[in-house]
Formats: sequence, structure tokens, C-alpha cells
Amino acid sequence: MAVKLMQGNEAIAKGAVAAGCRFYAGYPITPSTEVAEVLSRELPKVGGKFIQMEDEIASMAAIIGARVGGLKSMTATSGPGFSLMQENIGYAAMTEVPCVIVNVQRLGPSTGQPTAASQGDVMQARWGTHGDHPIIVLSPISVRHSFDLTIKAFDFSEKYRTPVILLTDEIIGHMREPVELPDFKTVKIFEHSVTEKPADYKAYRNGPGDVPPMAAFGTGYRYHITGLFHDEVGFPTQRLDEIDPWLERVNTKLTNHMDEIALYEEDYEDGAKVALLSYGCSARTARHAMKLARAQGQKVDLLSLFTIWPFPEKQVEALGDKVDRIVVPEMNRGQLALEVERIVGRKKVRRVGLANGEMVTPQMVLEKMGG
Amino acid sequence: MSQHILDAAALNQDEALIPKSGWFEQSETLQKLRKNKKFPTIWCPGCGIGVVMGALIRAIDHLGLKNDDVALVAGIGCTARMPVYMDFNTLHTTHGRALAFATGLKIARPDMKVIAIMGDGDALAIGGNHFIHAARRNLGITALVVNNSIYGMTGGQYSPTTPLGKRATTAPYGNVEPPFPVCDLAIAAGATYVARSTVYHALELDKFLAEAIAKDGFSLVEAVSYCHTTYGRLNKLGTAADMMRALKDNSISRTAFDAMSPEQKADNTKIVRGKFVDIDRPQYTAIYANLITRVQGGEK
Ligand code: SF4
Repeated sequence: MAVKLMQGNEAIAKGAVAAGCRFYAGYPITPSTEVAEVLSRELPKVGGKFIQMEDEIASMAAIIGARVGGLKSMTATSGPGFSLMQENIGYAAMTEVPCVIVNVQRLGPSTGQPTAASQGDVMQARWGTHGDHPIIVLSPISVRHSFDLTIKAFDFSEKYRTPVILLTDEIIGHMREPVELPDFKTVKIFEHSVTEKPADYKAYRNGPGDVPPMAAFGTGYRYHITGLFHDEVGFPTQRLDEIDPWLERVNTKLTNHMDEIALYEEDYEDGAKVALLSYGCSARTARHAMKLARAQGQKVDLLSLFTIWPFPEKQVEALGDKVDRIVVPEMNRGQLALEVERIVGRKKVRRVGLANGEMVTPQMVLEKMGG
Repeated sequence: MSQHILDAAALNQDEALIPKSGWFEQSETLQKLRKNKKFPTIWCPGCGIGVVMGALIRAIDHLGLKNDDVALVAGIGCTARMPVYMDFNTLHTTHGRALAFATGLKIARPDMKVIAIMGDGDALAIGGNHFIHAARRNLGITALVVNNSIYGMTGGQYSPTTPLGKRATTAPYGNVEPPFPVCDLAIAAGATYVARSTVYHALELDKFLAEAIAKDGFSLVEAVSYCHTTYGRLNKLGTAADMMRALKDNSISRTAFDAMSPEQKADNTKIVRGKFVDIDRPQYTAIYANLITRVQGGEK
């Protein structure tokens, strides 16, 4: 494919098509709407289906319903819409229905500043729905990366039967960069294959393996799906001997596979005593600050996290062992920094948080790097 | 000991009432119940919801549909527990959202019969927005609303169909809100099939449900039921049997209603049973399939 000037949101839509997404349901909201606009045009070309729902609650419900019917599906939204989706994100986590939710973060709370960027939904992406639950959250740092991580989001959601949130932001979403996309035919996504006979099928079996294969409705595997606590065949249960093994399985099915799920990039130097750790648009600030510091002869490490939930504890812990201090720039008042502090201790962490719609500048980062 | 177990004990004393072996296997309709599901149901003994489940099974059976080709999507509440007992593809979702989930499922699988099963609170309060938009789109889904005028599962709070003045645990001095007429709402929103009957008139429910499920468009069947344990108790309406009898006494057919004078119609307080709409207009998934064909044919 030729090099094209493309927006981050457009790259997400293309990534979805490449990943085999064949159903999109959404509700217009700035700054995510381009994802819907592109997919309303692109999906029918590949036999896929697009629908604009009456609200974000319905959008989230519809993508789960479509996946239960066998279509890989996605929605995209921003702050207020993301809040409305929380109910059924929890349902997808509970029922282990794969789906991808794009949140192009804007400044909140409430209506906030629809056209201003933010990274204020980091904690909401992890804990927005009620109850303990597994979730994967990925955060891209460029336009091409938005394409790649969208594909990863579909792959992970299928493989681990979990909702995956692509947590991007207004800057990455609206930024234009020249990109060359790969041939979509080369894209590989995990596909479920059910080998049991229908009578033996257990949609929620607790082994072997920690992710049971998912059968679509209407394929001869008639089973029950419920948001209630359920047994291995999906029937509601209140028996602890049925609930406990299931709870254990779903709440460890991601953390047991962090070797695959933790996506990140390290740029480390021998002897560096200070590190920059960031994600999303702020990872670009961090990289710029690193270049400036190195140009002045200062040794500095850079850890860019692409998977932010489950939190890549191992990588952050290793970095904490290596350096004296970690500077965490982000466009909120210190949300991911809380996790870094949890792993390496408060004394080592320096937050650079800005929650007014302005990007953190490399200068602000450099000021916090000093010994 | 629950009332249900007491009844079962009484039943055991009467040999003649005990079904002979093989009765389950021999019944075509009972084959549509789940063999591996623990019965009895969660419903209070005497609840009307079971009658609706029977009607739904008979309707599906009458149409000769394969179990694999039917999906039941439910929200939350007493009525929404219905699908788990039946051997179809069953999706028990979140409160009010059955039709939104059903929308995605129907679009993914236009060949399947998708039936959304909801109570009055589920369909019309928290799910009201989804209800009118599913009807407007004319998606080929059947909405089955069991209307018992109350939130049963949470213990008897007033719903959008509780009549004015009636008592509920959250309307201790009588309900001050006027109710939604379910069928009128569906008609106004664009449903292509709309009918109402009651759990006393089970065979009429069978017929309406069969017609609704056969319809290629958004169809609504309102099954008027009762909740004797909450609404009935709070409003001193007697036992389940009394409330069932009241449905017989306090309802009239649409034919009888149509024969009334305008004055009689205006004064009528009885439930009107019948089919109110049965029209054809293009169904959503057919329109979208056509769109795909056009786009793939090169239309810009
Ligand atoms: S609470 Fe009311 S509606 Fe619910 S099962 Fe009991 S009688 Fe039926």
C-alpha cells in the first residue's frame, strides 16, 4: 500500500477492518466520530455492518449482541459516552464476550472540553464498571501505532475472551501522519474453534486452559449467557463451589499471560539514574524530553507503555531497581503515576500531571528530571 | 418450607396427578425446555409469567422452528428469567437493554428468530429509549412484554404501567403518575405487528405470538399478567386465582370494543385484547443487505 497522510482515528477504523471487525455500533461524540464515519463507509464494502444506535449504552449492548452472533465487533466513543458504556463493559467482562471499545479521551469530567485532549480516563478504563473484573487497556502513541494496536486489541479480546479498551486521546486521534499500512491479508487474528459436541460444550469451563473456546449463537451450540454469577454451562448459581473456581479463572486469565499481553518499548542506557515512563500522547513528550536530555549529555531511560492494564508490573519493577527516580508525564493529575508509585515506591516517582487540555511540554519533564 | 414445596407434597398424595414416566420425552413442546436445567422456576407459585412461557413455546413449536434458529434475549426482572428454562440460544442481559443486545444479534444473524423478553419496567422505563428505536428501525425482532404493572423482583415498586392511584411500595399513598399504553407506544414508534392478550387467554397469546414471530418486522405482543405477591397484596386483589379471574372479567375482545358507541369507548376501563396493527414495511436487515449489495456493486 502507498504512503498516505492519515488521522489516528482513521487508522483505528482501518485497523478494525484489517482485524476482521464486521460490526460497528456507536453514537456520535467528539473527538471520536471519525472512527464511526470511516467505518460507516468501509464496513459495507467488506460485507460488514454499521449501525448508529440511540445512545452509548445501546451501542455497547449491540456490539456484544453481534459478537454473540459471531461477528467481531467494535464501538468508539469519548468521555461521557465511555461513562455510559461502563454498564455493559462489565457485562462483557462477566460473560467473557470479546469486543473492542475505543475511547478517544477528551477533557473531563462531565462535558468538560470536548475538543481538548486528556488522559483522564486511565482509572475509569480499569475500574469504571462495578466489581472486580479483568480488562485489557492499550494506548497507542502514533497514527500507525493506532492501526497496529487496534489489531492487537481484536486479537487479545478474542484470545482471552475479554473486552479490550483502546485508550487513545484527542491528540493521537486527530493528528495526521504519513503512514504505510500493511496488506490486510497478512493480518492474523485469533479464531475460536470449538471441538466438543454441542451436548458436551461448556461455554465457561474452568479448564483445561484458562480461556474456554466461544461458540457463536445459531451454530448448534445452544447455551445460556447471563450477567449473573454462573456455572460452567452458564446457568445462574449461588454455590460457592461453582463460583470460586470461575472467579479464580477469570481474574487470573490475563495476569497469567502478561508475557504476551504486556506491550511496551524500552530505550535504556547503561548507568542512567533517571527514567521517563509514559504512554499515549504523553509518551511523545517523554521521548522528546529524552532526546533533549541526551543531547545535553545526560543519561536517561525511557519506558513507553502500550499496555497499561493489566499494569506491566514486572517491567516497571525492573526499571525501579535500575534507576533512582522515574518521571511520569501524563495529561491528568497523576493517574498512572499512582500505579508506578505502587510498584517502585512513592519516593522514586515524580509526577508531571496536566489536566487543562494542554499537552505536557518536554521542558516541564526536563525540570523534574534533575537529581 | 416454601409454598411451592407444600404444593408439591400435596400433589404427591394424589397418585392420579403424578405424570406417568416418559411424559417429558413424549411431549413435543416440553422438549423445548432445557433438560439439564434445574426446575422449578424462580417464579412465585401461581405467577402468570409461566403461562407466557408456555404460550411462547407453543408458538415456536407451531411455527416448526428449529431450536438452533431461535434466540431469546432478556433484560432483568422476573419476566427476564424466562429464557434460561428454554432450550434455545439464550442471552440474559442487563436491565432495560434486551432490545439493544437483540439489535446486534439480529444484524449479525438476520436468519435467526430473535425474541426479546421483557417486563413492563424493563421494556418501558429503563429500556424505553431502546424500545421506541427498535420499533422505529423496524428490525425483525419480536418484543414480548409481560405487563404486570409492577416491579415484581424488587418487591413491588410502581412501574410505567402501574395505573393511576394504585398502590406500590414506592407509592404508599397511591400512584400519582399516569401509565404508558404499551401497544399505543409501539404503534406510534412504527411497529409492524402489535397485539395484546392476557395470561387468562393463553391460547390467544399462542396465536398472537406465533403471528408476531412469523412477522418480518418489529412485532410487539403485550401479555397482560399479574403479580399477586406484590401488586395484588398491596392493592387487596386476592389470590393468584382471583387475579386470573379478574383478567377474564375485566377484558374484552377488540371486536366487542369496536362495536361500542363512542361514549362507551370513552368510558371503557377494560383491557382490550386483540391485534391492533399488522402491516408490512421494509425490514432493517433486508434494507442493509441491499445497501451492502449496492456498495459492493461499486456505488459510491
Ligand atoms: S414477584 Fe410477582 S411477577 Fe415476580 S414471580 Fe412473584 S408473582 Fe411473579
